[in-house]
Amino acid sequence: MLRIVGIPAAPGMAAGPIVRVGGAHRKAREYRSAAEEQAGMDVGLRAAQEALALLMESMSDAEAAGILAFQLALLEDDEITRPLAASIADGTAADTAWSAVMDRLIADYETAEDAYFRARAADLADLRERVLDALHGDSAVAIAPGSIVVAEDFPPSRFLATDWRDSGLVLERGGATSHVAILARSRGVPLLVGVGRIEATEAADALLDSHDGLLVIQPDHAAREAFELRRSRHADEARADHGQLGAAARMASGERVAVMINVARPEDLERIDPDHVDGIGLVRSEFLFHDRRELPGEEEQYRAYSRIAKWARGRPVTIRTLDAGGDKPIPGFTRAGETNPFLGVRGVRLSLERPDVLKLQLRALVRAGVDGNVKVMVPMVAVPGELARVRVLLDEAVRELKAERIAAVSPPLGMMVEVPAAALAVETFDADFYSIGSNDLLQYLMAASRDEPALAALARPGPAFWRVLRELCAHGHESRREVSLCGDLASDANAIPDLLRSGLRTLSVAQASLASVKAAIRRA
Amino acid sequence: MSQNAQSTVVIEHEVGLHARPSVKLTQLAKRFAAKIEIATSPEGPWIDAKSIVKVMGSKTPRGALLHVRAEGDDAESAVESIVALVRRDFELAT
Repeated sequence: MLRIVGIPAAPGMAAGPIVRVGGAHRKAREYRSAAEEQAGMDVGLRAAQEALALLMESMSDAEAAGILAFQLALLEDDEITRPLAASIADGTAADTAWSAVMDRLIADYETAEDAYFRARAADLADLRERVLDALHGDSAVAIAPGSIVVAEDFPPSRFLATDWRDSGLVLERGGATSHVAILARSRGVPLLVGVGRIEATEAADALLDSHDGLLVIQPDHAAREAFELRRSRHADEARADHGQLGAAARMASGERVAVMINVARPEDLERIDPDHVDGIGLVRSEFLFHDRRELPGEEEQYRAYSRIAKWARGRPVTIRTLDAGGDKPIPGFTRAGETNPFLGVRGVRLSLERPDVLKLQLRALVRAGVDGNVKVMVPMVAVPGELARVRVLLDEAVRELKAERIAAVSPPLGMMVEVPAAALAVETFDADFYSIGSNDLLQYLMAASRDEPALAALARPGPAFWRVLRELCAHGHESRREVSLCGDLASDANAIPDLLRSGLRTLSVAQASLASVKAAIRRA
Repeated sequence: MSQNAQSTVVIEHEVGLHARPSVKLTQLAKRFAAKIEIATSPEGPWIDAKSIVKVMGSKTPRGALLHVRAEGDDAESAVESIVALVRRDFELAT
């Protein structure tokens, strides 16, 4: 029996066989002979070809299928296979030779002037990994329900594409506030991060308890019994919390606390009753911009925002303008190769570099305002001028639409408070409301990366954070502007008492935490 | 009998030689025995029209004048077919 301690990143429990995923610990191939390496290379290329051809058949989007056809064509191109064969004949192992050929090609695309071609670098990297997986015998295994998936890191796109029924995820690296952790919490997938290298046997039995931050491999009878006991206790608690899901949240004193949800994709709303929430405190509009070849147009954005606004039936829906950069790159839009992307051109800084893209989004947002109670929120604001410039564009968008005789509503314009400079001088901003982005605010206050497991103890709220929070709430109270918190902290039932003590009365939480947060408020 | 053929055509596809047009072009070129090359300027560089690495790698934008030349038994019909493909906007709906 092996007990491994990690950082709990999304609460839950799962039991099942270990499934190792990804190229994290690929062992480099050993070069025996050119013939053997070339034969291995051919098998790897063919396996990738077959997988791509299969994928293409299931693809309805012509543009996406075109990208796959491009990858497929590359595998058959002499310009690739010739240097590959030469390098193998020269004594290089198949995997090293393949990576070198692809890396050169990727580097060429990464520096392309045209954003479309620049974005293809990611497709080429995908292809490189696909063939490397084939060379090392790791195919993209489907994850069976009831598995404990172990990976060094897990790409968000793959997370979303995976069926996580009864399964859990263990990451050797990663922090509790990484992008995949946010997704895991919103989907209710148990996630343990920062466990360090695991030398687990594939298919070994394991128990994952991400409430307690524990992974047990090959458990003995006693460990299994204890696990089942905890699991049934948590299930009872969840059922009890769930029974109260529909009721408004009131503290023991009777004071009302608004509990809203965060939404990453419109599909998220299918699983939730609008009557169970006080609104949507954060719509991450990035979903419209990911995994695609070109930026979304006004109509497409309008339809998406409108659908979300209508779902809420008059309750407030706060939609954040594109928050790209940092850990959320968008190929062809965000800057590549920033030395410190979290302190780089991200959020509103990037939007103001591309006012055409921002204006289009604002037009779609004010049009959606006709269909519901839409509020617009700007991420990563550091100085009042940034918000003022967005307001100018917002007013322009409304005026333009009026002139075009298209219905539009001028919405409240608020800001995320996540840059310490903004938090400490919040009264200087002309914002209609404030929403605290606790993930970034914490990492910037503590100068501790949210993705660095070794700093997990630092990246937690301490006296400085609570002081800032109290002052923000006090300012909101005095100026009669709403202050809410939409970061991960709001979804952590253990943090609720401190958040309420600081003066917060509006929280926006991951959907999977709605019941537990409401229960924690009632106890507070 | 070996032939030489050459022609030019303007790329009208809305985005230029992106993935789908490039794949179509190389697939068509491979059906011919002739050596087929394309360039965006008569001085070159001339690139192999059968190689997706080269064709995509040329990163040719919309509106570029595409020069096509071929050498070999079916050179004439090769150049004709490729020019026709570009004229038909690569037979892509979008």
